[in-house]
Amino acid sequence: MTLYGMLFHIISAVIIAATAVAITRKNLVHAVVYLIVSFFGTAMLFYLFGAPLLAALEVIIYAGAIMVLFLFVVMMIRAESAEKKVFVPIQWIPAAIFCLIYVLVAAAMAVGTPGMNAPLKMLSASPAQFAIYVFKYQWFSIEVVSMLLLLAVIGALNLGAGRRAGRVDEERRIEDDSALQ
Amino acid sequence: MIAPFSEVLVVAGILFALGAFCAVVRRNLIMIVLGIEIMLNAASIVFVGASLHLSNLDGQSFVLFILAVAATEVSVGLAIIVYAFRRTGSFDPGNFNLLG
Repeated sequence: MTLYGMLFHIISAVIIAATAVAITRKNLVHAVVYLIVSFFGTAMLFYLFGAPLLAALEVIIYAGAIMVLFLFVVMMIRAESAEKKVFVPIQWIPAAIFCLIYVLVAAAMAVGTPGMNAPLKMLSASPAQFAIYVFKYQWFSIEVVSMLLLLAVIGALNLGAGRRAGRVDEERRIEDDSALQ
Repeated sequence: MIAPFSEVLVVAGILFALGAFCAVVRRNLIMIVLGIEIMLNAASIVFVGASLHLSNLDGQSFVLFILAVAATEVSVGLAIIVYAFRRTGSFDPGNFNLLG
C-alpha cells in the first residue's frame, strides 16, 4: 500500500467515526462540533483527490459558515430539552437494517464492477485551471446558482423578519385609521 | 497511487447511510437538517472521486454547485426551524400538527 493509499484509509476512518459519533449525540453542540471534524476530513480527502480549491471551499463554507450557522441557531434557542430519548428502538432498528442492506449491496456492486479496481492516479487541477473550466463551460449554471442564492437571502429575510414587519405595518395602519377619525 | 475508486464509493456509501439514518431516526429538526448535510457531503465525495477517476473536471464543478445548494438549503431551513420554534415552542416534528 502506498503512502497516499494509507492516508486515504486513515482519513476515511476518521470521517466515518466522527460522523457516527455526531449523529448519536444528544447535545446538539457536541454533534455540530464532531461534524466540523468530519468536514475537515472531507476537505483533506478533496485535496488528496486533486481538488485544492474545493478543499479550501469545503473548510470555508461547510466547516466555517454552515456549521457556525447551526451553532448560532442551537445557542439562540435552547434546544437541549427537545428529545427525551435519542433512539427509540422501534424506529432505529428498521432504519439501521435498511441502511445496512443498502451499504452492503452498494459495496458489492462497487467492488464487482469491472474497471473500478484500478488504483486512482495522483492528478491535481490547480484553482486557475478549475476556474477557467467552470467559467468556460458551466457559466450558465453559475448564473442559475447566483439567482438561487439571491432567492435564499430573500426567503430567509422574509421568514426571519416578516412577521414583525407585518405587525408594525398593522399598528401603523391602525394609528393612521384613528388619526383619520 | 491512491486507493481504487470502488473504495471511495464504499466510504461515501457508508457516510450517506449514516446521514439517511440520522435524518430518519432523530426526532429533532436540527438533527434532521444535519443528516441532509451529511448526505450532500457524501455525494460530493463521490463527485470529486469520479472526477479523478474519469480525468474530467465536470465532477468538481458539480461539487461547487452542491456547496451553493447546501448553503441555500441550510439558510432557508434554519429560518423555517426558528419560525416554527417561535410558533410552537418545540423542535419535535411531531408537534407541528396545525395548519395555518
